[in-house]
Amino acid sequence: MSKPLESLTGRAAVLLEDGIDTDVIFPARFLLRMEKEGLGECLFADRISKTTEDAAGAFSLERKDGEAVQILLAGAQFGCGSSREHAVWSLVDFGIRAVIAPSFGEIFSNNSARNGLAAICLDRDQVEYLAQESAVADLTVDLLAKTVTIQAGKTFAFDIGEGDRQALLNGWDEIDMIHAAHSDDVENFESGYRERRPWLFKDQA
Amino acid sequence: MTKAKTLYDKLWDDHVVAERGDGTTLLYVDRHLAHEVSTPQSFQTLRERGRQVRRPQTHIAVPDHAVSTQSRSDFSGEKQAQVQIAQLYKNADQFGIPLFRLNDPRQGIVHVIGPEQGFTLPGITLACGDSHTSTHGAFGALAFGIGASECATVMALQCLPQRRAKSMAINIDGPLDEWVSAKDVALAIIEKLGPGGASGYAVEYRGTTVSMMSMEARMTLCNMTIEAGARIGLVAPDQTTFDYVKGRPYAPQSEDFDIALEYWSTLASDSGAIFDRTVEIDARELVPYISWGTTPSEAAPITGSVPRLEDTADGSSRKRLEQVCEYMGLSPGQPLEEIAIDHVFIGSCTNGRIEDLRAAAKVAEGKSVAAGITAMVVPGSADVKRQAEAEGLDRIFIAAGYQWREAGCSMCVAINQDRLLPGQRCASTSNRNFEGRQGQGARTHLMSPAMAAAAAITGRLTDIRKLEEQA
Repeated sequence: MSKPLESLTGRAAVLLEDGIDTDVIFPARFLLRMEKEGLGECLFADRISKTTEDAAGAFSLERKDGEAVQILLAGAQFGCGSSREHAVWSLVDFGIRAVIAPSFGEIFSNNSARNGLAAICLDRDQVEYLAQESAVADLTVDLLAKTVTIQAGKTFAFDIGEGDRQALLNGWDEIDMIHAAHSDDVENFESGYRERRPWLFKDQA
Repeated sequence: MTKAKTLYDKLWDDHVVAERGDGTTLLYVDRHLAHEVSTPQSFQTLRERGRQVRRPQTHIAVPDHAVSTQSRSDFSGEKQAQVQIAQLYKNADQFGIPLFRLNDPRQGIVHVIGPEQGFTLPGITLACGDSHTSTHGAFGALAFGIGASECATVMALQCLPQRRAKSMAINIDGPLDEWVSAKDVALAIIEKLGPGGASGYAVEYRGTTVSMMSMEARMTLCNMTIEAGARIGLVAPDQTTFDYVKGRPYAPQSEDFDIALEYWSTLASDSGAIFDRTVEIDARELVPYISWGTTPSEAAPITGSVPRLEDTADGSSRKRLEQVCEYMGLSPGQPLEEIAIDHVFIGSCTNGRIEDLRAAAKVAEGKSVAAGITAMVVPGSADVKRQAEAEGLDRIFIAAGYQWREAGCSMCVAINQDRLLPGQRCASTSNRNFEGRQGQGARTHLMSPAMAAAAAITGRLTDIRKLEEQA
């Protein structure tokens, strides 16, 4: 069960580079950790350690104004590569509840809604506009209205799968949800499927 | 007349449990592979929710990602890896899931042992907490990588909500040059599609080149599909597939096999099936490929160069090229054949199968690893290792100066001790050249097993075709 998320207003960090993969988000050497909590300290470990905010093209999750970062503006294919859910857990543990990018790695995107992280697609020029304006202004992500608004600036609408949106809004647990809604469907499917594909049911007498 | 279906449509339709009314479909999952790194939190979720595993015998648990490749006698790896492997044993035991322990003769990388054991079958859905699960699509199985939360859902409920993908046909026709392998085909395709170029699609590989490929080669091709952004890569099952599957421990036996075969024979895209996108590849034009950047799409023929700054399309691709060159320690325009390496890694779920080791051994035989180069072969499974040893491949590698290791993911993901130091450069048969993938600050060039073995001999990236001409 993740923390429900209806809307969120706060400061953004900016990493507009394309193809930020989950190895960059959460380096492999930390994958031996077996909890979800506390992983925020591993987030972007190899990027943050070698960059500072004032260097050209640098990236920092620490804002100069000291404001806590809750939103990340990112480049295309954010979260591509490895399926490691640690990438999502580390973002959430750090305090980030929304990533806004032109596109996402599919598995990352699937993992996000299950953990209360909104992965929101906007056009590249919209993300770039928000990145420019976000240095001094708050962003508001509204999952009820399906919009992103910059303080005293533009509002952009986004599309999101209804299943993902409901999971984010309600913090639903997937297993409980599906179990409650579809237990009979699974039973029914299995009995027909067992008839059709008997060789796949040798585990059951 | 019913609508012509793609192979993907057929696999999808056969597994629909329910439409959920929110754009997702509940799909039945036949098989699940659990490894030590992506499932501790999944099992913890089951405990917290008080859930059992619905059909324990449809899962296999095996340690592969974090295991030491130095020794099998005990937990010889790092302490934290030992703890994680012990936790997998405990979880499998508690939930009644079949377990291949570290010293089990069936141990190996999930994507190598699934097929080996006949656990991977045509027509099934198979999920695993690993993005390279696309590998199993080589059998005409709907196989895809998932996260740890989804692993818990699969174990508890035997199904998963999924969104239907668009379909892409990649038609590959013509004979391949002797030194051009499935890995080169994959890199050429990924380079052509661009990063994320197949995102949102289920890819089906078709054409005469694919028909002529062995199962090992098809697995390499499907394995790399995720590097173009698609979670699913498929090849329609044929006689090559059926011959491979027949007689394997988990495969249906005797009359069950015949019944299954009848169904499996229907698993091809109907003629007239419409794909959302079609890509044509002329196999005759393909040459050995090598990656130069930090995504697999940043690849080029070995005869080529790192792109020149003046050839970049715009400011952002110029900046990207500069950043990549800085990380990789290369210059724009630099010829690939000039690049000197420190390490050679032959293995992984992409290229750690017997055919891959044979291809590398053929190049390594009677030669020596260049001075100053560390080269290692890590078989994809204990079974591959035994087979290679029975064929004498281990002796060829050891005589040439390679280290001959135990099975595991090893330097493909660098969670165990097998990792590079910052700035070190590796000719690698693995699947990802991401920043830090083979160790913090490490530099990876992806290539085929034969090309990696050629690089080991010369100590630099090498066109295997030229090397063989000189020999």
